[in-house]
Amino acid sequence: MKQLIKSTLLVAASLWSVATLAAGPTVPLDKADIDLHDKASLQRGAQLFMNYCLGCHSMQYQRYNRTFRDLEIPEELGIENLQFTGEKVGDLMTNAMATEDAGNWFGTAAPDLTLVARVRGADWIYTYLRSFYVDESRPFGVNNTVFPNVGMPHVLEELQGIPRKTTEEKMIDGEMQDVYVGIKTDGSGMLTDAEYDQAALDLTNFLVYTGEPMMLEQQRMGWYVFGFLLVFLIFAVLLKREFFKDVK
Amino acid sequence: MNKLIAWFDERIPMTKTWNIHLAQYPAPKNFNFWYIFGVLATLVLVNQILTGIWLTMNYVPSAEGAFASVEFIMRDIEYGWLLRYMHSTGASAFFVVVYLHMFRGMMYGSYQKPRELLWVFGMLIFLVLMAEAFMGYLLPWGQMSYWGAQVIISLFGAIPIIGDDLTLWIRGDYVISGATLNRFFALHVIALPLVLVILVFLHIIALHEVGSNNPEGISIKKPKGSVPDSEKPKFTFHERFTKKYDIVDAFPFFPYYIVKDLVGVAIFLFFFCYVIFFAPAMGGLFLEPPNFEAANPLKTPEHIAPVWYFTPFYAILRAVPDKLLGVILMFGAIVALFVLPWLDRGKVRSVRYRSTLHKVNLTVFAISFIALGYLGLKPATEVYTMFARIFTFLYFAFFVLLFFYSKNENTKPVPERITK
Repeated sequence: MKQLIKSTLLVAASLWSVATLAAGPTVPLDKADIDLHDKASLQRGAQLFMNYCLGCHSMQYQRYNRTFRDLEIPEELGIENLQFTGEKVGDLMTNAMATEDAGNWFGTAAPDLTLVARVRGADWIYTYLRSFYVDESRPFGVNNTVFPNVGMPHVLEELQGIPRKTTEEKMIDGEMQDVYVGIKTDGSGMLTDAEYDQAALDLTNFLVYTGEPMMLEQQRMGWYVFGFLLVFLIFAVLLKREFFKDVK
Repeated sequence: MNKLIAWFDERIPMTKTWNIHLAQYPAPKNFNFWYIFGVLATLVLVNQILTGIWLTMNYVPSAEGAFASVEFIMRDIEYGWLLRYMHSTGASAFFVVVYLHMFRGMMYGSYQKPRELLWVFGMLIFLVLMAEAFMGYLLPWGQMSYWGAQVIISLFGAIPIIGDDLTLWIRGDYVISGATLNRFFALHVIALPLVLVILVFLHIIALHEVGSNNPEGISIKKPKGSVPDSEKPKFTFHERFTKKYDIVDAFPFFPYYIVKDLVGVAIFLFFFCYVIFFAPAMGGLFLEPPNFEAANPLKTPEHIAPVWYFTPFYAILRAVPDKLLGVILMFGAIVALFVLPWLDRGKVRSVRYRSTLHKVNLTVFAISFIALGYLGLKPATEVYTMFARIFTFLYFAFFVLLFFYSKNENTKPVPERITK
C-alpha cells in the first residue's frame, strides 16, 4: 500500500515539474520584482496610470477613494492631483474614452485594466511596457515584441525616448540570421533607461494592486487564521488523546 | 433539561437518532488516514452552502451584470473576497476530497457486497457534483466560464438525431447567453444543491444500514453468541446493531471518531486556508487567468481548458478522433465506475489481501487518472494526444482486467478479526 501511494505521488510530482517547464511563453519575460508594501512605488504607479493610461483605458471596478486609502494618499491631495475630469471621489474609474471612439480611432476597444495583472501576470506587463520599438509599417509607427501588432501607440515614449530593436547577426543552421537581442533607446526621453525601468515597475506594481486590492489584508488575515488553526490543532490533538485513553 | 429531552423524545425520535447514528454507532477501530475524506466532504458541502447563500445576496445573474457583480463582491462588500475565495477554493477542495474518498473505496473494496447501493449513491453524488460545479463555473461570466461551457454543451450535439435540438434546449438560445446564465443560476443555487443534500442523506442512511467497511475489509459483525463477553468492546452499541450480531473491534462514532476527525479537520483547514489567503488562484488551476476577463462571445481564448477536476474526462474525450465516440467513451469512464460493484467479482475486499496483479492494476489506474488530468490541461499536441490514448486505454483496462481476474484471484488469507 505504501508503495502504491509513493509511486502515485512520484508520478504526480514529475508531471508537475513538466507542467512548469512547458508553460514558457514565446518571448522570454523579465521578472517584475514588485512589492505591494512599497507605497511610494504604488503612488508613482498610480500617478503614471492616471496621466498616461486612464485617458483610454478605464479601470471600471476600482474606486478613486479606495485607491487613495490603500495607497496612503490623502484624499484632498488625490482629488486635486489625480482626478482630472471632475468625478466624485467615491466613483469608479470609468472616465476613459468611449468604446465607440476607440473603435473609430484604434480599430478596437481599449481593454479595461482593472484585472489585467490577473489575466496576463506582472512579468508580462513589466516586459510589455519596455518592449515597444519603432516599426514604420504599423499605423502608429511602433510595434511590441511581447504583443505583436499591438493596436496602441507607445504612450510612454516621451519618458523612454525612441526605442529601436537591436539585432545581431548569428549563424543558425548554417545561415546568417538577424537575431533579436533587445531594445535600445536614442536617449531622447525624459528618463534614463534605469529610471524608465523603475517607472515600468511602478506602473506594474500599481496594476497588480488594482487586480487584487485586498491582497495585503487577505495575507495579514491569513497569518491570524494560521495562528488560530495551530491552537485549534493542539487542543484537538489533546482532546483526541484524552478520549482515546478509554479505547486502549 | 432531562424533562425537556423527554418531552421531545415522546414526539420525535431525537435521542434515538442521535444514538443510532452517532453515540452508539459502531465504527471499526482501525480507520486510517483515508477515512477522513467523508467528514471533509461534509465540511466542504456545508462551506459551499453557507458561502453560497451570502454570495447570492450580491451576485447579479445576468449577462450584463454578472462579471461586474463578482468584482463588486470582491472589492466593495466587506469580506466579500473571503466569501468568494472560500466558495471557489471549496469547489476544488470538494473534488480533491471526493476523488480521495472514492479511491479509498476502491482500495478497500468498500463498494463490494453489501455496499453496492452505498457506492451507487456516492456515484450519483459525484455526478450531481460535476453538474453543480459546471453550472457554478459559468456564473462569474468570465472568458473561460463562457467558452468552457460552450465546449461542454456542444458535446451533447454529438448525439445523433436529437443532438442539435438538445443543445438548444440546454442553452435556451442559439449561443450561450443571458438565458443560459439565468437557468444555470437557478439550477446551481436551488435544484442541484437540494438533490445533492438528499443524496448525501441517502448515502449516510445506506452506510449506517450496512455499517462501515475498514482498511482490513473484514466485517466487525459476528454471528450472535459467537463472541465471548471478554472479547466484546466495553462500549454500548444501539440494539439495532447488536440484536442480530455481536459487534467486535469497534467503538462508538461519537465521541471517539469525532475527536479524531477534529485533528484531521484542523490539518485539512491549514491547506484549505493556505489557498484561500495566499494562493486563491492556485497558480491558475482553481481560478484560471482568462476568467478575469469578462465573457466575450466574439473572442475565443487561445486555449480552452476546463477546470482541473474535469480534465481527466476531458482528456479521454480528446483522445478519441471521432466526436461521438469520444463523448461515449467519456461518459463510459463514469459509467464504468458506477458498475464497479458488479465488475469486481472478488470475495476479498481490501487491497491488502488481494493479488499482486490487483495491486498493480489499481496503481496503474490511479496513475492513469492523474496523468489524464494533467494531459487535459495541456493543448492537444501530437505527443500529448498519444499519451492521452495510452492512459485512456489503461484507465479502461483496469475495469476489463478486474472483471476477468477477480473471479479466480490469487488472494491472501484474510484474518478473522481486526488485529491492531
